[in-house]
Amino acid sequence: MNSDNTQIKSSKPYVAQTPWLDPQAVPFIQIRDLTKHFGTVKAVHNLALDIYQGELFTILGGSGCGKSTLLRMLAGFEIPTRGQIIIDGVDMADIPAYERPVNMMFQSYAVFPHMTVEQNIAYGLKKERLPAADITDRVSQMLNLVQLDNLGKRKPNQLSGGQRQRVALARALIKQPKVLLLDEPLAALDKKLREQTQFELMNLQYELGTTFVVVTHDQEEAMTLSTRIAVMDAGKFVQIGTPTQVYESPHNRFVADFFGTMNFFNATVTEADNSAQSVTVTLEKTGTEVQATTEQQYRAGDKITIAVRPEKITVSQSRPDGPSMTITKGTIEDLAYYGNRSVYRVRSQSGRVIQVSAQNYQRSEELLLEWDDEVFLSWDSSCNVVLSE
Amino acid sequence: MIQDVENRAKNPDTAVSNARGDKLWRYFVIGLPYLWLLLFFLAPFAIVLKISLATPVVAQPPFTQLLDLSVGAQQWLLATLDNYRFLTEDNLYWISYLKSIKIAAISTLLCLLIGYPMAYGIATASQRRRNLLLMLVILPFWTSFLLRVYAWMGLLGKQGVINSLLLKMGLIDSPLQMLYTDMAVYLGIVYTYIPFMILPLYASLEKMDLSLHDAAADLGAKPWQRFIDITLPLSLPGIIAGSLLVFIPAIGEYVIPALLGGLDSLMIGRTLFDEFFVNRDWPLASAVAIILLFILVIPIMLLQRVQRES
Repeated sequence: MNSDNTQIKSSKPYVAQTPWLDPQAVPFIQIRDLTKHFGTVKAVHNLALDIYQGELFTILGGSGCGKSTLLRMLAGFEIPTRGQIIIDGVDMADIPAYERPVNMMFQSYAVFPHMTVEQNIAYGLKKERLPAADITDRVSQMLNLVQLDNLGKRKPNQLSGGQRQRVALARALIKQPKVLLLDEPLAALDKKLREQTQFELMNLQYELGTTFVVVTHDQEEAMTLSTRIAVMDAGKFVQIGTPTQVYESPHNRFVADFFGTMNFFNATVTEADNSAQSVTVTLEKTGTEVQATTEQQYRAGDKITIAVRPEKITVSQSRPDGPSMTITKGTIEDLAYYGNRSVYRVRSQSGRVIQVSAQNYQRSEELLLEWDDEVFLSWDSSCNVVLSE
Repeated sequence: MIQDVENRAKNPDTAVSNARGDKLWRYFVIGLPYLWLLLFFLAPFAIVLKISLATPVVAQPPFTQLLDLSVGAQQWLLATLDNYRFLTEDNLYWISYLKSIKIAAISTLLCLLIGYPMAYGIATASQRRRNLLLMLVILPFWTSFLLRVYAWMGLLGKQGVINSLLLKMGLIDSPLQMLYTDMAVYLGIVYTYIPFMILPLYASLEKMDLSLHDAAADLGAKPWQRFIDITLPLSLPGIIAGSLLVFIPAIGEYVIPALLGGLDSLMIGRTLFDEFFVNRDWPLASAVAIILLFILVIPIMLLQRVQRES
């Protein structure tokens, strides 16, 4: 970690590296038609994915979506029913787990309970039959990297959860793998520690340049850590994209719902200008005309869903105006005060409940908006997301 | 405890009497096993110890009393260490002890070698099959131990099943001497005690975190290295517990060497039996038993130390 806080780093590594946009770039991990069935259960189905060198790639999904199976296939613990995994140009089909250029950090950490911290970290190098002096050197470097310098002689049961997590991380990194797999790396830590570790993990990844593949069910973790996210559901990828892409332009209701909250409005296309990629739609119930942009092709009469994030909506007591705004009136039915922001559930005139999240810009010891207040809700039409269902 | 606190909060009046009742109950629960040990271990041990210090006589009971107040005040204590001295003088006893230790040790090793793969197989089987396999391990206990030993006699004897089968197949010309050999004793002990090895091994293997094996594999350990580095050290408590559960009863085993062993397979259990019932030398037999107990106390203390550490 850098102690120099007075100067903001001018380089933006995470923005500058976008190899997935470069048609010349060769993927570091290639997954082709990957399928795994357990008996009649289709754990993962026809997955295709390219991951580039140096990425911090996250596979995100609920429990049982197949994300862990995918990770275990990358590590070599599960044999694919069908399909291919290529890492750095080498097909992994016939390579057993103990010979793959990948290492894994397990969800339970799987720290060997009968070995000291040092012995745990040294284990991978001992299996490589490295000279003892080299092992000692690299272990102490690793201990330093994960800030466990003084705990090398301890047994795992004398460590806290966070310290055990660091041991697992150091143990997986010491072999300098081409790819580091992390299974729910932060799930077992408490909230404060999780946030801190998140940043440490990102810095570590940036310093080492190792490709990280993270599996998690926590969308916030995925958003903050990742260069790109693959959202999984029922054994398939639903959407693959950068955190901003999956948050701001979800492909369907599942992804939209998975990342935070979303207001959904059923609507019908009244006019479609496919060359300008814009549509005019009529919202159900109110009949309000709304503009939206979309890459999909639509025809007049198509049933669609308009989705709007709660924080895109402005709540005000006077009627706002401006071009291309959607404005509706309603009553505050529920409110939750979080300090930095407030969440309002507003019942609109048509009877629909719209959720709004607003920053509390002004300092005030009283709530500026109260229950049963009449308010205007407004948002720019660029905030409308068109979903096919 | 939680309930305790809740009760106290609800009825502050009855709290004190409840606490006293709890305390009595606690003493009762802890005291019961101590009472058991006192009645059925410590008291008999004291009696045996007392007899071992007496002199044999032809009478009922066949030994002298330790306290004889009718004699003069100088010799009222009649305790003697003669019996223990005699044990060191006669080779027979040392040979019996050593032979017992040898047979018990080899049997324990054989049980471990056979039991470990079985326990591992059961521990890694699917949940449904696991219960069935455990049942199969325990099932022989449902028939009498004596019957099972007699069954081995029927199998191993000169006119036994194995010999007649081999003769019929023409593999041998005359029956093999299998019964009344050390081999038969090993067979009997291993057969009888192997469940005591398998069950603790299974218990320690079953609770092992399988992701530890994955982690070792991930770090470059081949299957056999995973066994040496991870499985074996983590199942050590099970190995020790199982070994003691086999070794301790095997060393004092009487029935198996008596029925399956030859005349030369003189184990300490047999010697003890002979002293008691053939020679009717109760004090000497008691001394044999006391020494045997001390031989056994050492491995038990070892077990307790290991358990405390883990």
